Amino acid sequence: MSTVTETPAPSTHTEEKHVLKTERSNLGLMRPDHNKSVLIDWLTTVDHKKIGIMYGAIALFFLLVGGVEALIIRTQLAFPENDLISAQRYNQLFTMHGTTMIFLAIMPLNAAFFNFLVPLQIGARDVAFPRINSFSLWAFVAGALVINFGWVLQAVEVMGLFSASGPTAGMNDFVPSMGWFGYAPITGIEFTGAGTDFWIMGLQILGVASLSAAMNFVVTIINMRAPGMKMMRLPVFTWMTLVVSLLIVFAFPAITIALAQLMFDRTFGTSFFVTAGGGQPILWQHLFWIFGHPEVYILVLPAMGIVSEVLPTFSKKPLFGYAIVVFSGAVIGFLGFAVWSHHMFTTGLGKVATAAFSLLTMAIAVPTGVKIFNWVGTLWGGRVRFAPPMIFALGFVWMFMMGGFSGIMHASAPADAQQQDSYFVIAHFHYVAIGGIFLAVVSGIYFWLPKIVGKMWKGKLSIWVAIFSTVGLNITFFPMHFLGLLGMPRRTHTYLEGFGWETYNLVCTIGSYILAFGIFLLVVDIIRCVRSGEPAGNDPWDARTLEWETTSPPQVYNFGRTPVIAARDALWEHKHGPENRRITYEEDDGHGIHMPSQSWMPMIASLGFVPLGLGLSLMQAGIPYMGYVAIFGLFMIALGVALWAIEGPGGYHLHPEEEK
Amino acid sequence: MSDSATHHEDGHKSLIIDNKKLLMWLFLGSDCMFFGTLISTHLIYRKLNPEEFDPTSMFSLELTSFSTFILLMSSFLMALAVSAMHKGQIKSFRRNTVGVIFFGLIFLACQVYEFTEFAHLGLTLESGTFGSTFYLMTGTHGVHVAIGVFWLICMLFYSYTGKMDAHESAVDVEVAGLYWHFVDIVWIIIFTVVYLIEFIGKV
Repeated sequence: MSTVTETPAPSTHTEEKHVLKTERSNLGLMRPDHNKSVLIDWLTTVDHKKIGIMYGAIALFFLLVGGVEALIIRTQLAFPENDLISAQRYNQLFTMHGTTMIFLAIMPLNAAFFNFLVPLQIGARDVAFPRINSFSLWAFVAGALVINFGWVLQAVEVMGLFSASGPTAGMNDFVPSMGWFGYAPITGIEFTGAGTDFWIMGLQILGVASLSAAMNFVVTIINMRAPGMKMMRLPVFTWMTLVVSLLIVFAFPAITIALAQLMFDRTFGTSFFVTAGGGQPILWQHLFWIFGHPEVYILVLPAMGIVSEVLPTFSKKPLFGYAIVVFSGAVIGFLGFAVWSHHMFTTGLGKVATAAFSLLTMAIAVPTGVKIFNWVGTLWGGRVRFAPPMIFALGFVWMFMMGGFSGIMHASAPADAQQQDSYFVIAHFHYVAIGGIFLAVVSGIYFWLPKIVGKMWKGKLSIWVAIFSTVGLNITFFPMHFLGLLGMPRRTHTYLEGFGWETYNLVCTIGSYILAFGIFLLVVDIIRCVRSGEPAGNDPWDARTLEWETTSPPQVYNFGRTPVIAARDALWEHKHGPENRRITYEEDDGHGIHMPSQSWMPMIASLGFVPLGLGLSLMQAGIPYMGYVAIFGLFMIALGVALWAIEGPGGYHLHPEEEK
Repeated sequence: MSDSATHHEDGHKSLIIDNKKLLMWLFLGSDCMFFGTLISTHLIYRKLNPEEFDPTSMFSLELTSFSTFILLMSSFLMALAVSAMHKGQIKSFRRNTVGVIFFGLIFLACQVYEFTEFAHLGLTLESGTFGSTFYLMTGTHGVHVAIGVFWLICMLFYSYTGKMDAHESAVDVEVAGLYWHFVDIVWIIIFTVVYLIEFIGKV
C-alpha cells in the first residue's frame, strides 16, 4: 500500500496532466467523473457547492409551494363564512403549509447555506463524507416526494379515477390534515387516512436525511479545518452550523421513535397512543416537543449565524463580543432541550413542572438578548453601509425581536393559558419565522449569491423586496396579535360575523398578498442576477471570512493551495491587518489536488426511500400489491448501499497550476 | 479500500480523531436518544399500567441471563478482533470475528425463541401497552444486533479479498467494534430495567 508520504516520479506527473481519464470503480463500472452530460454531472455530484445549490433551488421551490398554500388559507379567511374551500381542504392546507415550510423550505435552505459555505469558511476542499452528503440531498428529495404524494392521489381521486378500500375506505384524506405536529389521537387509524401515513413516512425519510447531513457536518467542522483555523477562529455561521448539527443529532431520534410508535399503532394495532389499550395520547406531545423545541432552534440558529456574518461586514467592525455570541448560541441550543413542555402548559402538567418550564423558557431570553445586544454593539460606531444584505439583516434584528417579545409573553404560563391555540401564537411564530428566519435567509441570499454564481446584483430591486416583504409581514401578522386576544382560535376554516374579527382578518389577507409580492420580486431579482449580472469578483462586499478569498464561483477544489489561518476574520486581517496575521498557503506537494469521485450509489440508495415510503403508506390504505413495492424500495436501498461500499471511494487528481 | 484511495489521501486535516470514528461516535450519541426514548416509554407505561400485565410469570431469567452473557462474551471477542486487526494479525481477526458472529446469532436465536414463547403466552403487539413497548424496544435492539452481525459477515468476506491491512482497515474494524459494544451496553440496560427490576422482591 502506498501512503501519503510517497513522492511520485516526475514522469507520472506529466502523464496525468491534462487529460483526466475516468477510472473504473471496484465494481468494474466507469465512475461518472468528468462527464460531459450536465444532467449526469449534477445527479452524481459529490461537490458540496453543487449539492448546496440543489438544496437551495428545491427549498425555494417548496417555499413558493408553502406560500401558495398560505395564500389560499388567507383568502379563505378574508371574509366571514367564506366558502372558497371546504373545512377538510383547509385542514390539509394548514397542515401541509406548516410541514412544507419547516421541513421542506427552511431546513433545506439552511442546509443549502451549510453545504455551500461551511467547507469554504473552514478552508476545506469538501465535507468529510462527500457521498453521504449526496445521500442526504437525495433522501431529502425522496422525503419531499412522499409527503407531497397525497396531492397527486387527491387530484386523481377528485377526478373519480380512484377510491380507497381497506381500513381507510371512505376517508378521502390522502393529504395530511391533522396539523404539522400531528397530535394523538387524531392521527389514529379511526380518524385519519392515508395522508397521515404519507406524513409519517415522509418525516421519517426527512429525518434520515437530516441526521446523516448533521453528522457529516459535525465531523467536517471538527476534523476538516485548515491549519490554524482554531475553534475560536471559526466564523460564527460555522459555529452555528455546528450547534445546529448537534441539535439535530440529539433531537431527531425522539420524533423518529414517536413516528415509529405511531406507525405501529396504525399498522400493527399497538396501543402507544390509543387510550383503549392503556396508551396515553399525551406521550405523543412530550415526544414530539422534545424534538420540536430543539427544532425551533435548528431553524433559527443558522439565521443568527448569517446575521452575525452580515452585520460586521457592513459595519466594517469585528463582531462585538465574538466569544459571547458563540457561547450564547451554544447555550440556546443546550437550553432548547429543557423547555419542550412550554408547548404543553394547558395540558395539566402540575404546578411544579409548569413553573420550572416557565422559568427555563424565560432563561432562554437571556442568551438571545445577549446576541441582540452584541449585534447592536457591532453596529455602534461602525461605518454602516446600507447594502442589500445589510438591509435585511437589520430587518431581522428588529422583527426577530418582536417575535421574541411575544415569545416571552408565552413563557408566563397563566398568560399562555389565554393565548394557547389562538391567533396570538400564530402571530408569534410567524414573526420569528418570517421576520426572523426568512429575512435572515434573504439577507444570506443577497450576501452570498454573488459568491455562488459569480455575478453581482443588478439595480435597486432589493429595496422593493425589503419594503414589500417587511411591510407585508407586519400588515399580515401584527393584527393577528389582536385577533388572538379577541379569541379567534387557530385552525378554524371560517368564522361568523360579529366577533369583531372581520376587519383584522381582511387586513391580514391583504398583507399576505403584499408579502407574496415581495417574495415574487425576490425571485425576479435572483433570476436577473443569475442571468445577466456583472462579474462579481472574489470579494465584492469587502468581507471578512475565508470564502471570499477564493474565486466567485469557487473552483471545484475551492482553494488551489490550502490556506493557513493566522487570525479570526481571516480575510479581513489578510487585507487590512498586520503582516503576521496574513493568510499564508501550504506548499504544493506536487501530488496535485485530490478530488473525490462522483457516484450514482447515494442517489440510488436514497431514492429507494420513495417506493418504501409510498408502498408502506398505500399498503395501509388497502391498495393491493403495495407491500411488494415497499420491499422493492428496501431492496433498492440495500443494493445502493452495498454497491456504494464495494465501489470504493476512488478519487482523481487536479493540477490547477498547469491548467492555467 | 482501493489503491487509488490511499494514494490520493488528502493531507490536511485538523485531525483529532479519525473521521469514520467520529461519525460512529455521533451516531451512537444519536442512538442513545433512540433507545432512551424507547426505554423511557416502556418504563412510563409500566408505571402507569402496573396491573395490566405481570411479566414475572413469563420472563425466563435463566434464558435471558444466558443470552445476555453470550452477548457480553461476543463483545469480548469483538475487542480481541479489533486488537488483532491493529496488529495486522488477519487470521486471529477472522477467528474472533467468526466467534462474534456466532454469539450474535445465538443471541438472536434466543430472542426469536423468546418472542414466539411470549406470543404463545398471550403477549402480543395488540395486547396492550406492555406488549407494544416491549416488542418495539427489544425488537429495535434485535434489529441492531442483526445489522451488526450482517456487517461483520461482510467484513469477514472482505478479509478474504486480500485488501485489508492494518493501516486502513483497522479503523473500519474499530468502528464496527464501537457499534457492537454499544449494542451490547444497551442490552445490559434493557436487561436491567426491563427484566431484572421486575423480579425485585419476587424471587
